[in-house]
Amino acid sequence: MRLGLQKKLFVTAVALGFAMVVPATSFAGDTIKFGVAGAQSGDLAAYGLPTVKAAELVVKQYNAKGGINGKKIELLIEDDVCKPEVATNTATKLVTDGVDVVLGHICSGATKAALPIYKEAGVVVMSPSATDTALTFSGDYPNFFRTIAHNDAQAIKIVEFATDTIGAKKIAVVHDKGDYGKGLADIVKKLIEKSGKAEVVLYEGVTTGAVDYTAIVQKIKRKGADAVIFGGYHPEASKIVSMMKKKRMDTTFISDDGVQGDSFIKVAGKNAEGVYASGPNDNSKNPLDAVARNELKKVYNEDPGEFYENAYSATLALLNAIEKAGSTDMAAVVKALQTENVDTPVGSIHFDEKGDAVGVGFAMYQVKDGQYVEVK
Amino acid sequence: MDYFIELFFGGLTRGSIYALIALGYTMVYGIIGLINFAHGEIYMIGAFTSFIVATVLSIYGFPLLAIVVIAGLAAAVWSSAYGYTIEKLAYRPLRKAPRLAPLISAIGMSIFLQNYVLLAQTSDFLPFPALIPDFEFMEPVAHIVGSSDLAILVLTTLVMIGLTFLIKFTKIGKAMRATAQDKTMAVLVGINVDRVISATFVIGSALAAIGGMLIASHIGQINFYIGFIAGIKAFTAAVLGGIGSIPGAVLGSLVLGLTESFATGYISSDYEDVFAFSLLVLILIFKPSGLLGKAETKKV
Repeated sequence: MRLGLQKKLFVTAVALGFAMVVPATSFAGDTIKFGVAGAQSGDLAAYGLPTVKAAELVVKQYNAKGGINGKKIELLIEDDVCKPEVATNTATKLVTDGVDVVLGHICSGATKAALPIYKEAGVVVMSPSATDTALTFSGDYPNFFRTIAHNDAQAIKIVEFATDTIGAKKIAVVHDKGDYGKGLADIVKKLIEKSGKAEVVLYEGVTTGAVDYTAIVQKIKRKGADAVIFGGYHPEASKIVSMMKKKRMDTTFISDDGVQGDSFIKVAGKNAEGVYASGPNDNSKNPLDAVARNELKKVYNEDPGEFYENAYSATLALLNAIEKAGSTDMAAVVKALQTENVDTPVGSIHFDEKGDAVGVGFAMYQVKDGQYVEVK
Repeated sequence: MDYFIELFFGGLTRGSIYALIALGYTMVYGIIGLINFAHGEIYMIGAFTSFIVATVLSIYGFPLLAIVVIAGLAAAVWSSAYGYTIEKLAYRPLRKAPRLAPLISAIGMSIFLQNYVLLAQTSDFLPFPALIPDFEFMEPVAHIVGSSDLAILVLTTLVMIGLTFLIKFTKIGKAMRATAQDKTMAVLVGINVDRVISATFVIGSALAAIGGMLIASHIGQINFYIGFIAGIKAFTAAVLGGIGSIPGAVLGSLVLGLTESFATGYISSDYEDVFAFSLLVLILIFKPSGLLGKAETKKV
């Protein structure tokens, strides 16, 4: 077999590459093995790659300080391309490699598939991005935590606000028949009925783009609703709000993230005053958020991608828990996660017994003088 | 009973909105037998033109009445120019072609105009200023009929009367009726058919533009897509009333508006469209030419 010079160089390079990779993973001594799993290639790579960078940055900081309790932290990075069938392999590989904790997975489906394997092995898993409510609410995975709000968090926030803070007794739930709006409205309706604190007097969808919403507004009035909860986006919300003002109604209007933005205020104008809407917690004033962003800019010259802050926070939370627990034993780490507060870019957080981060999620905002202001 | 009256007036307003657009559909169909799908876009362009003019004028501090009149006129002229040009570019060359060709051309024109406004203006919703102020004498009944509802109702009635007068008693109206009845014969007695058709497009477009301004002011927002949905509903109303018939378009629009309003009020807004289109199907089964349409006799 005769090889040209270029090919020889190539083969040498590949061989050297192997030689450099292998010791890094298999000959490391007494370290804490920190797994990172998620989509790192394929069409959903954009969701997973920022998580890898976040983990690298935080781990580098810790290692620069001498690691945790004298042990260096070693990253085990595995790709699951967001596919459940690949994720089980990824999890098995990480467990075989002796992983201590895992940051991941990214997609809810992949996370769900991988969790039983980690549970069996006694590995704590924390996802920056898996929002499927059942992951924590089913109670099946005591080893699972997350630093992102789950799918129902917004609906829970809105319903609690309407029934407890506002004290509404009769609530009209209206949606725009879309995936997002109707999905939210469905959960809101269920939650109100379950809580028994208020009555759903109306549950209907409006046709988006219709020329006139007089009839539905008159109906809201006739049903005697003292609050309207609307699931949908800002064009319909502003039409309904304006029509309510025209009909001289002062029913409280509460809506969602699709309305909590400047475009709603721009279109609805002065009719927007007093409208409540839920939106993600505002972290822009959190100094740690700026630190996390600046570091990324400095090292990679990039702007934060999807779930970067959540992953950064999850890494901090996991490492902090290991440090406080003094071991990587599952029970001890879980206890530390639930009891020890840790300052992260998404706020000062700890975790509830289900595994959801307390302090992460949605806040209520109200339009005051043409601006959304957080309702304390 | 109060609730019934509220829904009734809501339905009337909605019906009048449809009527202002439906008149343009029905006039064009009556004369050249073409469903002008770009008509909804003319309405949208009218709304945009009045929006731009009204915004500029209010910066210069014009009084509200002057703004309404100037913006309305500007919208009517500008939209008429569009209507005239569309007819000349997209329909006239196809007048002798099979009926399907101008229909496809109309759909193409509709898509073209939507995307043109999307690119030239914006894809966002824009807040439309309230051009109809809250009249003081309306305040006691404002929870039932608002000032802008009243304006739309009054305007539709005026337009309806004006249009009937135009077609019954003026020279151009006579020429329109003649063209509608028999194009070849109209040419033989010295009517300039091309000019009559252009006039029809101009009048229909001007009505749609003024409708666009009032409706946008009533709803309070516009974007490039408003013409499509309003156009589909107005077209349905025109067919319901008997396409080609002017009183039919108004009647069909009112019936459609009231049906939607009562369906929402007494049953559920989820079924608003279901009832509207079920009504259309029912009427077309029993009266294929629509409520006031003339049955076409086929000559063998």
